[in-house]
Amino acid sequence: MGEKKNHAEKQYQEIKTKAEVKKPLTQDKTVVMVGTATCGKAAGAIDVRETFKEEINKRKLNAEVVEVGCIGHCYAEPLVVISKPGFPSLCYGNVDEGLSSRLVEDYLVGDDPCYEYALVALEPNEEFPTFTDFPRGMFEQKVILEQCGLIDPEQIDHYIAVDGYHALAKALDMEPKEVIEMIKESRLRGRGGAGFPTGKKWDFCCMNVQDPVRYVICNADEGDPGAFMDRSILESNPHQVIEGLIICGYAVGASQGFIYVRSEYPQAVRRIYTALEQAREKGLLGEGILNTDFSFDIEVFQGSGAFVCGEETALIHSMEGKTGMPRHRPPFPAEVGFRGKPTVINNVKTLSYIPHILNKGVEWFQSIGTPDSPGTAVFALVGKIENTGLVEVPMGTTLRTLVYDVGGGIRNEKEFKAVQIGGPSGGCLPESALDIPIDFDSLQEAGAIMGSGGLVVLDEDDCMVEIARFFLDFTQKESCGKCTFCRLGTRHMLDILMRITTGQGEKKDIEILGDLAVDIKNGSLCGLGKTAPNPVLTTLRYFMDEYEEHIQGKRCPSLMCPELINFYIVPKKCSKLCSACVGSCPVEAIYTREDGLKAIDLEKCVKCNSCPLACPPEYDAIIKVSPPERVEELEKENA
Amino acid sequence: MELLEGEKEVIISQVSEILGKHKHNCENLVPMLQEVQNQLGYVPELAMEMIADSLEVPAVAVYSIVTFYNQLRLNPPGDHQIRVCMGTACHMIGGQIILNSFERRLQIEEGETTEDRKFSLERVACVGCCAIAPVVVIDDLVDGKVTPTRVDGILLSFENSNNNEGKKEQEQKPVERGEGQE
Ligand SMILES: Cc1cc2nc3c(=O)[nH]c(=O)nc-3n(C[C@H](O)[C@H](O)[C@H](O)COP(=O)(O)O)c2cc1C
Ligand code: FES
Repeated sequence: MGEKKNHAEKQYQEIKTKAEVKKPLTQDKTVVMVGTATCGKAAGAIDVRETFKEEINKRKLNAEVVEVGCIGHCYAEPLVVISKPGFPSLCYGNVDEGLSSRLVEDYLVGDDPCYEYALVALEPNEEFPTFTDFPRGMFEQKVILEQCGLIDPEQIDHYIAVDGYHALAKALDMEPKEVIEMIKESRLRGRGGAGFPTGKKWDFCCMNVQDPVRYVICNADEGDPGAFMDRSILESNPHQVIEGLIICGYAVGASQGFIYVRSEYPQAVRRIYTALEQAREKGLLGEGILNTDFSFDIEVFQGSGAFVCGEETALIHSMEGKTGMPRHRPPFPAEVGFRGKPTVINNVKTLSYIPHILNKGVEWFQSIGTPDSPGTAVFALVGKIENTGLVEVPMGTTLRTLVYDVGGGIRNEKEFKAVQIGGPSGGCLPESALDIPIDFDSLQEAGAIMGSGGLVVLDEDDCMVEIARFFLDFTQKESCGKCTFCRLGTRHMLDILMRITTGQGEKKDIEILGDLAVDIKNGSLCGLGKTAPNPVLTTLRYFMDEYEEHIQGKRCPSLMCPELINFYIVPKKCSKLCSACVGSCPVEAIYTREDGLKAIDLEKCVKCNSCPLACPPEYDAIIKVSPPERVEELEKENA
Repeated sequence: MELLEGEKEVIISQVSEILGKHKHNCENLVPMLQEVQNQLGYVPELAMEMIADSLEVPAVAVYSIVTFYNQLRLNPPGDHQIRVCMGTACHMIGGQIILNSFERRLQIEEGETTEDRKFSLERVACVGCCAIAPVVVIDDLVDGKVTPTRVDGILLSFENSNNNEGKKEQEQKPVERGEGQE
């Protein structure tokens, strides 16, 4: 064993020396990094990239435009980082074509960094604040997101230059058992939702010593319909995941790995393919990796849009060409998995931690987070929050810190109502639960789950019955139909919730919902059914008053459920001089009365919420009322 | 659905080519169906039969796979595919309203294609751009902060640019920054 040591390390150092020349931030020329992950593109990053390129070419500047992933500040997309020798690297938000040209003119040509447009500097300096000078940066601790948005995901050299694949070399110079031991000791828990100890899973997979064939699979099916952590990581730093998967393969003795990725993420799929190709070229994947006798390759399997396929046994069935239905466990996939062989399935984020643990050690990992949930948690922070985006905080951070300090609080000075955490399997937690620390166990106690990291912030305008209905609608559609309770029980619950949100609820409905929830939990085989009632149970637990208002008062207190509201133009506030609302109405439901004021034809109105937004804030004349009959009263009052 | 003359030949040649590229075992079933859909835009009955034959399984086995997975479709899509995000963030900020607007304007329901086969309308769960909800994906382009008026604009831009590269036109149009969205 002794002579094996340092083989891989030596080979790695050679590769690294070559890669370092290409490191983006140490060159003596200016580099413009444009974030072109899906979110950046949607906000117009391609135009920004083109403008920079054109302007730079036109002026024949010694500057390079590089495409990077997402640094997580999605609220300010498109984002651009400019690093010019002699200046700190500066990040600019909400960049458009105009600002792009200006930055080339003033900053690249001139030496004015246009601080008024800069968001933040990346390195400490005298001129401009860095991330740690903002509350968000103080609470954030980036581990697996560290390089996201700062390296070009399509250039393996960028990753290697920041010590990428070093952990693989280290692992290959260790015994597989030692690698497993290390992961076990680190107490890393799976980030795919359930928080199962990763080292234990790997160990489990090696139990059956008779059969040498084993598989490792990266679960990138990310089915939670409001979460995009895995997509962003794959688009921004695919090599980190690949490195984790290779190490996993080495540890458990597999020679074939798979990445199971949603086909709804075309850009992530493309970047994975590119990354795999580049890793093969460098000898980091394929036969005799880094000059050792370990051979391993990775194939991509594209999921075809079924939430339940994120469940590990369903995922395996779907890879085998069957309908993606879960089966009973045990046996767990680690014993009997893909093609009947022992198989490790880990989430994208779980695998992303692996290189860091090998590089920085077990103690370092445990120094972050809580004793039972060490490490960080990555969240897609969305909804009615100021700073939407991808954040990474140590486990044990409270929800309050996450929402108010990291997320910057609720948008438009509205009142906080709830956070939905864990997607369709999770729950809605109210203000009183905000001091719960984020870790696997505490969230479960509160009725939600950690999930894979979707976190939707809801404000006073969001109806809690409606959100319960939304998730039930989702799980009901996605139920694979195998278990009767899941198939029919969720249907029944959905029917009841639809009745309630349309004002046809009855008192006994609440009790039936509670009973059904218990039956579905007990009568379902997989996590989909077992957790499907959570959104209903938590809203019943924390927001019963809203259910009661819908059922007894036939009104929606948040003015959201379309059947229970109407729009009304307050005559006293309406100005005769303005017809903004008329133009905004897509169905021509707004007309001018004889006295010149505007009014809504309720027969035509489709309740699309366009007119209140169009009405200038100085009039603010269009209101929503509930129950809908309230309009008649108001008309009489104002007649 | 009746196939037009010529369509049948295209299907046969495309599917044969795909069958030629893969080993005929069940593990390749889904990848082959995905390729068929990539090439033809949908999975025609004929293709399912051909694949079933080559794998030596009953056609209904292939059919059950195609109907199980949301991504695979049985009917040809429109020239332009409109997918409205119905993920959590989009839903809470008016995704349903946007879907309704498209349904109203195109006079079809979600999951259908217009009679002239120009547009098809679908829902999709979170494309990962929740920060700019509500989101619509038109062909391959993501458009954020969509409003009912913007829906009209999107459809109009296709009508105006009729045949002169509707797609390109879209690409150049910066995303409308919805004001006072919520
Ligand atoms: C309905 C359902 C959907 C799931 N979806 C995902 C998913 O999208 N991504 C994921 O990593 N795990 C998902 N899981 C969890 C997986 O079954 C599995 O526990 C996980 O991939 C294991 O990885 P980990 O140990 O790294 O957490 C899902 C589970 C259920 C029951
Ligand atoms: S919910 Fe629509 S993009 Fe995420």
